[in-house]
Amino acid sequence: MIEYLLEPFAYEYMVKAIWVSALVGGVCAFLSCYMILKGWSLMGDALAHSIVPGVAFAYLLALPYAIGAFFAGILAAGGMAFVKQKTKLREDAVIGLVFTTFFAIGLVLVSINPMAVNIQAIILGNILAISDQDVQQVIIISLVVLSVLLLKWKDFLAVFFDEGHARSIGLPTSFLKIVFFTLLSAATVAALQTVGACLVIAMVVTPGATAYLLTDRFGVMVWIAITIGTLSSALGAYLSYFLNTNPGGFIVLIETALFLSAFLFAPKYGLISQKRAVNKHREAL
Amino acid sequence: MSQAFIHLENVGVVYPNGHHALEGVTADLSPGTICGLVGVNGAGKSTLFKSIMGFITPTSGKVEITGLPVKQALKKNMVSYVPQTEEVDWNFPVLVEDVVMMGRYGYMNFLRRPSQADKKAVDEALQRVGMQDYRKRQIGELSGGQKKRVFVARALAQGGKIILLDEPFTGVDIKTEDSLIALFRILAEEGRLMLVSTHNLGSVPGFCDTVMMVNKTLLAYGPVETTFTQDNLAAAFGGMLRHHQLMGDELHDDPDARGVTVLTDDERPLVLYGEQGGQKIVRTKETAGEGIGRHD
Ligand SMILES: Nc1ncnc2c1ncn2[C@@H]1O[C@H](COP(=O)(O)OP(=O)(O)OP(=O)(O)O)[C@@H](O)[C@H]1O
Ligand SMILES: [Mg+2]
Repeated sequence: MIEYLLEPFAYEYMVKAIWVSALVGGVCAFLSCYMILKGWSLMGDALAHSIVPGVAFAYLLALPYAIGAFFAGILAAGGMAFVKQKTKLREDAVIGLVFTTFFAIGLVLVSINPMAVNIQAIILGNILAISDQDVQQVIIISLVVLSVLLLKWKDFLAVFFDEGHARSIGLPTSFLKIVFFTLLSAATVAALQTVGACLVIAMVVTPGATAYLLTDRFGVMVWIAITIGTLSSALGAYLSYFLNTNPGGFIVLIETALFLSAFLFAPKYGLISQKRAVNKHREAL
Repeated sequence: MSQAFIHLENVGVVYPNGHHALEGVTADLSPGTICGLVGVNGAGKSTLFKSIMGFITPTSGKVEITGLPVKQALKKNMVSYVPQTEEVDWNFPVLVEDVVMMGRYGYMNFLRRPSQADKKAVDEALQRVGMQDYRKRQIGELSGGQKKRVFVARALAQGGKIILLDEPFTGVDIKTEDSLIALFRILAEEGRLMLVSTHNLGSVPGFCDTVMMVNKTLLAYGPVETTFTQDNLAAAFGGMLRHHQLMGDELHDDPDARGVTVLTDDERPLVLYGEQGGQKIVRTKETAGEGIGRHD
């Protein structure tokens, strides 16, 4: 039995898939805490799709895919910010507009210029067959994003909570926001490899949403989210070996399962404890 | 000339849509005073605040804070801003003490690790606004008046010599308003400059030393006694005020010519009493709520 459970660790590609997923899951989870508080959840999805033409371009020019993806991401985020500032369109319309345009450019590029890049791999992720070069890119991205966040998480919180105040204490608010979206684009690129464009949104939303139900302190929320993101990504990749499935789907399902348990059983904001608190009050009357 | 904390010189703001929100505002505000900022909706009060805070750059003129450009003054933690309640997201997972601690970020190192001094400043600030029992509450779980207090505490923790408050009394009951006013008075006496925008005209004479009346430009600025007059109010508010006047013959049986004028913009009315043309402000501070402006 134990032998059977340890089987995946005998394969180098499985071990790699497990720890790379865990790393990416943790980084995305950190970002997710900000995303859900600002109502930017769809932004992650939009960025992931916008990245496709960047990847195509990078292959055309024989550059590392991460560079192309990254610039496309920044361009998309900047485009969204620009359109939103200059028009009175709502955020969802702006996001929809920009990301579908980018995604369409990507599709056109790929179809007029068939290339080695497998669009399916971008959309569904391909962590089990990730190349060593790609692993390197993912590690560098993750570590950079993680260290910036660890150093500056309080500044980001101050800016997102009350921008006016953040400015009044001399924080460079516009700069910090640009940095944040740069980090988000970078993390999305990394996540693309693991779970694919369609499921990136889950990685930058679900852990934060779960952690939000469990605490009233942002610092604690971040640690809970990172733990959830890391463990469920590792576990998802590990389990996918036995069921012979796409790890991305598994990772997201595990995260969803954790969210549901928090939703029901969280000590303060869970459905059950809230019911109980109200009932207790009724009985007391 | 006394040292001016805030120096406004011919400040004008035109928004990107071409709207002239403010023009030619010139004033010097000095330390140790509370200055009231009154005007109709859309008069440009918030716009003036935003110019002082550097959120928008005036299209003409300049703002100086203790002789420094706004940006540098902010870096030195000189100015604190208490926002209108709607500007903050109350669902953030931050506790009361976390919010107050944010006022100290400017003093902390790169990593924003609070020192003993920071913790002490937070304790003191919470104590002064009477919110120490609520320090572990999530900020959304407070009443309107308590939220205001927390943000005043954050301003105190920040230690700025200038505190800007945008409509701190909206949605606050009379009792809380009075206790906030008492706190503001003490803070001003300690040498701070408080700039407070409000629609409660009746409270202005009770707690402000000076008053700025705006409507797209600075209509009048000076000590409350001489500036906060019916004429200036009429100019600032046009026909926008609810206005009740009872003159001598309606009010008295004797030949006393003195009459009562009640002006109101929002909650607390302003009461003026005396002969036509020379009416004096009746301070309605503690009588508000029961009958207003008893005369003797
Ligand atoms: N971002 C903006 N873009 C364009 N015009 C604006 C903007 N903000 C405010 N205005 C306009 O500038 C004028 C002054 O607005 P401001 O918010 O300063 O008024 P206010 O005195 O604070 O009013 P209130 O009592 O309602 O708070 C208004 O006519 C408003 O429509
Ligand atoms: Mg305003």
